[in-house]
Amino acid sequence: MAIDVRIPTILRTYTGGEKVVSGEGSTLAALIDNLESNHPGIKERLIDGSELRRFVNVYVNDEDVRFTGSLETKLDDGDEVVVLPAVAGGSAAMVQVARG
Amino acid sequence: MLKIDRATYDAIVTHAKKDHPDEACGIVAGPEGSDTPTRFVPMVNAAGSPTFYEFDSQELLALYKEMDKSDEEPVVIYHSHTATEAYPSRTDIRLASEPNAHYVLVSTREHGNSEGPVEFRSFRIVDGEVTEEEVSVVES
Repeated sequence: MAIDVRIPTILRTYTGGEKVVSGEGSTLAALIDNLESNHPGIKERLIDGSELRRFVNVYVNDEDVRFTGSLETKLDDGDEVVVLPAVAGGSAAMVQVARG
Repeated sequence: MLKIDRATYDAIVTHAKKDHPDEACGIVAGPEGSDTPTRFVPMVNAAGSPTFYEFDSQELLALYKEMDKSDEEPVVIYHSHTATEAYPSRTDIRLASEPNAHYVLVSTREHGNSEGPVEFRSFRIVDGEVTEEEVSVVES
């Protein structure tokens, strides 16, 4: 079972510069564990504790996984996964942002 | 140095003034590797806030797919500060995730929605390190 994962520029240091890598897993959590075994270090950039990081967006077949079960989102052979860091910022301190 | 044409520069300033007192945000895409901002793309600030901005998640995906298709990249990522200086905040620095982009900050704190000059500055933000750079406006 192969799933294509699009890697954003900032995480390509973990994939030897590759834009798209192949992974396996029946859920997003399993896929990320599989990616970690081939690209050590990448998991920590995607997951904080047991949750997807607040400012990392992951899409499965164009749907934001926050609306489809987050890390428990089911995956099938041929699915397309896209990882994009949020484009965000602003004059507020991070504490306020996290609460807001 | 950021080289940007007058029309794009003006479009960014106009957007910042229009959305004041909320922060305005967007990008200017350009051909991959060209370091030339050519396609102005104003974005909706999904946070709708005077102190925070975030691209809407679906619009972000659509934008990146479109850029991929046309071999473009985000050459400029801009946003406004509406009550503080045009300098990256700690939040801006922590969330900066395009090491190749010019981060443009516009401050509308002085004139708000009205006519008048704004602060317009450009920075590189790489691994938490901020480097200011010169802005050169090319008259079109």
